[in-house]
Amino acid sequence: MKYIDEFRNGDYAAEVARRIHAEADPERRYRFMEFCGGHTHTLFRYGIPDLLPANVKMIHGPGCPVCVLPMARIDAAIELAVRHQVVLCSYGDMLRVPGAHRTSLQKAKSQGADVRMLYSPADALRIALENPQRQVVFFAIGFETTTPPTAAVLLKAQELKLRNFSVFCNHVLTPPAITGILEPAQQAGERIIEGLVGPGHVSVITGGGAYDSLARRYRTPIVIAGFEPLDILHSILLLVRQCNAGRYDVENQYSRAVTASGNAKAQSMAARTMTLRDSFEWRGLGWMPHSALRIRPEFADYDAERRFELSPSEARENKACECPAVLRGAKAPTDCKLFATVCTPDNPIGACMVSSEGACAAHYSYGHTR
Amino acid sequence: MSLDPDFRHGCVELIHGGGGRAMRRLIDALFLQAFDNPLLRAGDDQACFQVAPGRMVMTTDSHVISPLFFPGGDIGALAVHGTVNDVCMAGAVPLYLSAAFILEEGFPLSDLRRIVLSMAEAAREAGVAIVTGDTKVVERGKGDGVFITTTGVGRLPENVSCSVARVAIGDRILVSGCLGDHGVAILSQRENLEFEADLRSDSQSLHDLVATMIAVDPGLHCMRDPTRGGLAATLNEIAQQAQVGMRLRENAIPVRQEVRAACEFLGLDPLYIANEGKLIAFCAPEQADALLQAMRSHPKGRDAAIIGEVIEDPRCFVRLRTGFGGERVVDWRSGDPLPRIC
Ligand code: SF4
Repeated sequence: MKYIDEFRNGDYAAEVARRIHAEADPERRYRFMEFCGGHTHTLFRYGIPDLLPANVKMIHGPGCPVCVLPMARIDAAIELAVRHQVVLCSYGDMLRVPGAHRTSLQKAKSQGADVRMLYSPADALRIALENPQRQVVFFAIGFETTTPPTAAVLLKAQELKLRNFSVFCNHVLTPPAITGILEPAQQAGERIIEGLVGPGHVSVITGGGAYDSLARRYRTPIVIAGFEPLDILHSILLLVRQCNAGRYDVENQYSRAVTASGNAKAQSMAARTMTLRDSFEWRGLGWMPHSALRIRPEFADYDAERRFELSPSEARENKACECPAVLRGAKAPTDCKLFATVCTPDNPIGACMVSSEGACAAHYSYGHTR
Repeated sequence: MSLDPDFRHGCVELIHGGGGRAMRRLIDALFLQAFDNPLLRAGDDQACFQVAPGRMVMTTDSHVISPLFFPGGDIGALAVHGTVNDVCMAGAVPLYLSAAFILEEGFPLSDLRRIVLSMAEAAREAGVAIVTGDTKVVERGKGDGVFITTTGVGRLPENVSCSVARVAIGDRILVSGCLGDHGVAILSQRENLEFEADLRSDSQSLHDLVATMIAVDPGLHCMRDPTRGGLAATLNEIAQQAQVGMRLRENAIPVRQEVRAACEFLGLDPLYIANEGKLIAFCAPEQADALLQAMRSHPKGRDAAIIGEVIEDPRCFVRLRTGFGGERVVDWRSGDPLPRIC
């Protein structure tokens, strides 16, 4: 705990904030995107924007796994639970994301579908062992961070020769998402951000080296940051310095957890069980090549997409919902007409209002702007 | 077959709620013995008692909790503490309780006895008598072991009037101790979530602490116990009802290291975690120091603190100055990030 206190110390924070104020050039603007939803949450929870000069602005990125999953995937999960009557296991936030026709897994559950909330994929495996007569599906989501645990249950299921367990795989990758945001701007000859607060937890797995080429190609400095408020504030200072010096390097602020090459064991587990999809749809960013993982053919028995027939989704996003633009950093949550009026955490219209890491939910719950 | 309940190996059966002899024996052997008092002993279907002239307060609460036993308590004691505290929050002296049990067929009688004895003990400690009750049995699968509904009545002293209507701009906000102990103790016992936390629930009756506080400041404006939804939900509720805003200082809010660490681990905020033995008080600014001292002099208020004040705000926001130096809004909790905890 001592360790954590140091990262929340108000005196250090004031000192770092003073430096940011002193070093940020009043003639320039600094728009920094925090990629991770976890960073968005921390920014708001600790009131960090209050500590920044007016010309240093944080823009929320697409790094919330709940937010980036398109409605069609939610509909597929609902279909698994309702039509195929499986025991559908998922993380809590997924249950509340609206699918087509304003349904959700939570609503399906209240109407009798067997939807269970869990904390770890291993729990899904246990449920499968305890209910041999039922098909159990784990609704896997997340970036590189949550991929290894999913890989672990796939390996375990194979080892146990489970016949009633499968994974509905929705794992997505960070570098293509960053490309998806920066490439269109580059093509249009625009600059939308001056720097990127790089993903912390993801980098623990992938290693910091995964971002070098992105920083170079888009001439955008990246600082990989931890999740404590002081980590983020410090990373903002490092970004300001890189901008001032005209550098665009990948810097690792989170060196207590992130190495250059990442976690080899986790990477290899993921590689054994999963492989790149040709293309995957992201909310806000559309279909992006090689941006997600599917289960390898060797593990086809454990792939819910092969085991169950899934109908094409008739999903229609609410036209007024600005989630796609919010996820690209093109609009702020408060630019959405539905924000805090129709769309609230208790009645989310778009996915960004669901998870506490979603930009809209964070703005709503912690912001003083609504 | 003997109709006498077997408290070692027996289970709740449907006949225990059937209104026949088996039910009578269970009531006699368990509830009457444990809760024994003259009003209950009279054996009528209702309790008849004398009341002093003046105002009475009455409150009711249903208790559903999983797990039923947790470090520092169980559903029985909790059912007493919760209702006693709701009576106390008016500044009243709790007197009588009723207790209604919904039991699930198959529930071990030994566990039921443990729960009932713990209720009896909690009632004695709080100086209240359980004077009437009810038991029903539902089929296996239609309940969750035991549900308990308790109703409490108490007497309100002449000069006391604690109500949200009296919360005023400038009021100081106090808490009686460290937040989140109950919620985290329960979470630490949850299936799938077991983690090492040397923590006990704070479940306790606050009647004596409240008496101490009222003695120092009979004009106390308002009290609430921050149970479900924790401090955040309770303050938001009061802010809405009283149409005021609040400003809190994060550094002043007492939270145990273990609770902070567990919350960190689970991605939770201690401000949203349930408590069962803590209270929040609103008082006039000039009373705050005396009240704080009185609270701290009592064992149940040892860690009491002044955590903020009531401010004017048409939007009724509860704001927090973070230890980090920024400011944020402390909103209602939305959705239910975790399975129900109380
Ligand atoms: S406020 Fe709601 S509808 Fe608007 S962008 Fe955010 S999530 Fe979508």
